[in-house]
Amino acid sequence: MLAKVIVVTSGKGGVGKTTTSAAFAAGLALRGHKTVVIDFDVGLRNLDLVMGCERRVVFDFINVINGDANLNQALIKDKRHDNLFIFPTSQTRDKNALKREGVERVMEELKQQFEYIVCDSPAGIEHGAITALYFADSAVIVTNPEVSSVRDSDRIIGILASKSRRAERNEPPVDVHLLLTRYDPARVAKGEMLAVDDVKEILSIPLLGVIPESESVLRASNTGTPVVFDEESPAGRAYVDAVARFLGEQREMRFLKAERRSFFRALFGRA
Amino acid sequence: MGFLRSLFRSKPTSASIAKERLKIVLAHERASNRAPDFLPVLQKELLAVVGRYVEISDEGIRVTLGASGDTSTLEINIEIEGGKLKKGGSGPALSAAV
Repeated sequence: MLAKVIVVTSGKGGVGKTTTSAAFAAGLALRGHKTVVIDFDVGLRNLDLVMGCERRVVFDFINVINGDANLNQALIKDKRHDNLFIFPTSQTRDKNALKREGVERVMEELKQQFEYIVCDSPAGIEHGAITALYFADSAVIVTNPEVSSVRDSDRIIGILASKSRRAERNEPPVDVHLLLTRYDPARVAKGEMLAVDDVKEILSIPLLGVIPESESVLRASNTGTPVVFDEESPAGRAYVDAVARFLGEQREMRFLKAERRSFFRALFGRA
Repeated sequence: MGFLRSLFRSKPTSASIAKERLKIVLAHERASNRAPDFLPVLQKELLAVVGRYVEISDEGIRVTLGASGDTSTLEINIEIEGGKLKKGGSGPALSAAV
């Protein structure tokens, strides 16, 4: 088994990288693939909270890199799904603690055990973000329909094309996918928000999915449950679709139009 | 009345303004991020050569690499101070864009 490495990245903070990493990894596990999700945000550990395993963290990424623990001591097996594992990061203040050689060694070891390695990148374009994307085979570019997020996504797409290991080695480029999150079709219809086609045209990378703005996302992080486990949630279903497309299935985009009633309500006040 | 007017005289939506602004800023940033390393050296050498024939200042030259559609363009703009030719300068006329 040689795992495929997927980085979830965006440049900008607060667009939904950790939510997406959790949902994507859980979605891959639900499809029967043995998956590990790694937190690369050293010093600002949060994936453990979003995955609901914060009280089970004993050893972390830095411990394994430094040889203080072995990989299997640090990996946390998800209680909801046998195929899903969480690899927490460290809360150390030394942001440069992730040395590339150390990360490479750990990645090679993980590749032997898993089918998919999902890397949750920190925001920005500093050391942590570059380390998270360096080993990637595929990238999910999490973007909000908003000017600063789109601009930062463009920047990170450029960095993937020049600073990833695939770029350095002149290998086929990292396979990049656009995931548009916090999409509000009602505001798009009113011309208040960039439409999915606008963002696609500007960034010119293939679209993996559109995740609608949904109350269920906050509910999911409140309870530490990846949103794909919520079958009632539009966002959860949109993530399930995105994972299916990632695995090569054709699925029509859903949740691109405002529901009729709420749309008319928005137009005519309280109809 | 105001409602009817707003229906017929379509004002650009804020989303379409966002799209236009992004297109412009990203076109500019992509060009400068991908600018090859030789541009500053090329600029200096051009300055030296052209400076032998006409009066130009260090700021009077602009070298930019751009793209429109499938073609890349190398644009060189040189401002000649007061259109003065240097004595003894007998080179061919300078054209601005390549």
